[in-house]
Amino acid sequence: MSLLALFFGAIFVNNILLARFLGCCPFLGVSSKLETAKGMGIAVIFVTVMAATMTWLAYTFILVPLGLQYLYTLSFILIIAALVQFVEIVLKKVQPALYKSLGIFLPLITTNCAVLGVAVINMNEKYTFIESIVHAAGASAGFLLAIVLMAGIRERIEISQNMPRCLRGLPIALVTAGLMSIAFMGFSGLIK
Amino acid sequence: MMSPLRLLKNGILTENPTFVLVLGLCPTLAVTTSASNGFGMGLAAMAVLMGSNVMISMIRKFIPDEIRIPAFIVVIAGFVTITQLLISAYAPALDKSLGIFIPLIVVNCIILARAEAFAFKNGVIDSLFDGIGMGLGFTFALTFIGGIRELLGNGTIFNFSILPSFYQPALLVILAPGGFITLGILIALFRNMQLRKEEESTGFKPDFDGWEKLDACEGCGLKKYCGGGGSNLPCAKEEKEGDA
Repeated sequence: MSLLALFFGAIFVNNILLARFLGCCPFLGVSSKLETAKGMGIAVIFVTVMAATMTWLAYTFILVPLGLQYLYTLSFILIIAALVQFVEIVLKKVQPALYKSLGIFLPLITTNCAVLGVAVINMNEKYTFIESIVHAAGASAGFLLAIVLMAGIRERIEISQNMPRCLRGLPIALVTAGLMSIAFMGFSGLIK
Repeated sequence: MMSPLRLLKNGILTENPTFVLVLGLCPTLAVTTSASNGFGMGLAAMAVLMGSNVMISMIRKFIPDEIRIPAFIVVIAGFVTITQLLISAYAPALDKSLGIFIPLIVVNCIILARAEAFAFKNGVIDSLFDGIGMGLGFTFALTFIGGIRELLGNGTIFNFSILPSFYQPALLVILAPGGFITLGILIALFRNMQLRKEEESTGFKPDFDGWEKLDACEGCGLKKYCGGGGSNLPCAKEEKEGDA
């Protein structure tokens, strides 16, 4: 498969949120403001690509030679946790405003299944080093796209006063995500 | 020590991880394409939850506060790996249908949240029952959602045909969008029930529930002439503008 097809396939066809259901917690938790959603999406791109690189290297050069493949869950999550800590420190230094607005959600990237999910998919599909990075970039760009679209819709939904009380907030966000997912199914013919 | 029954009830009803706390959405949405998948995922998560809760509450005195999160994650990842190996050895079919979501139990927020909120502060027995309760609540929710989606999308529950043969299965319910929409509607129903109960117990009913039209005449100076939207009189403002 060509790299371009892999990249766009990961954004649109196998969208990590709307088709694979990875990373739903931040998708629903941080998507009520456009600004925060953008920050979260960019942080996820950064962490996912770095994590895919590191986990690929660790898997190929440490776990496989030692025959410890079954420990991949444990080692991947440790690598990701360390990376997130690193991103947190950098962001705190470089972009204090963004750091403040993301607040408690940055540590939550550790428990964002999108990051670990991409690393595990890369391993299961036996992608090469380059393919892993391209796939990670595409998948996390898909995350950014979906969360920004969702935040745009939700900012408008919040204004609407005509909504039944029981549907406000999360339930209507889930239904919206369902409709977005139907729309994204239209891309499935894009790449064979 | 709290009573085990109360801890169980807390996990299943009062703080149901899916419908009330809304944690761990990814597996909830992804693996509930059938009742048996949901049940299997629920049991796997429950096994990990029990193990990690007990372990963390045992070692909580030795873990320094600053590094507790990494320590939790290592404990949880250990139990996930054990569960994963057991499932692939004894239930290969389930292993295949749950796929990537078994290793992803490690990042399931329910487990980390219970470690942080409960096991780190309570004794071993309490933590065990909290794990069982939360696990049962999660299993119940997943099986329930899986059952609904399987029924509507395939006409079966646990692979038994339920609906008559003329029913055309709505495949969309089993596909990705169905997961989001089913869960959204279920949470809305659950909240509606809670709101009703709250209204009954406090006797307070908000005058606006969103079902009715908003008071569009609020702040309108001519409201007193036509009595606002509720009365049968024609709107005074519209008439005035019509005249002008």
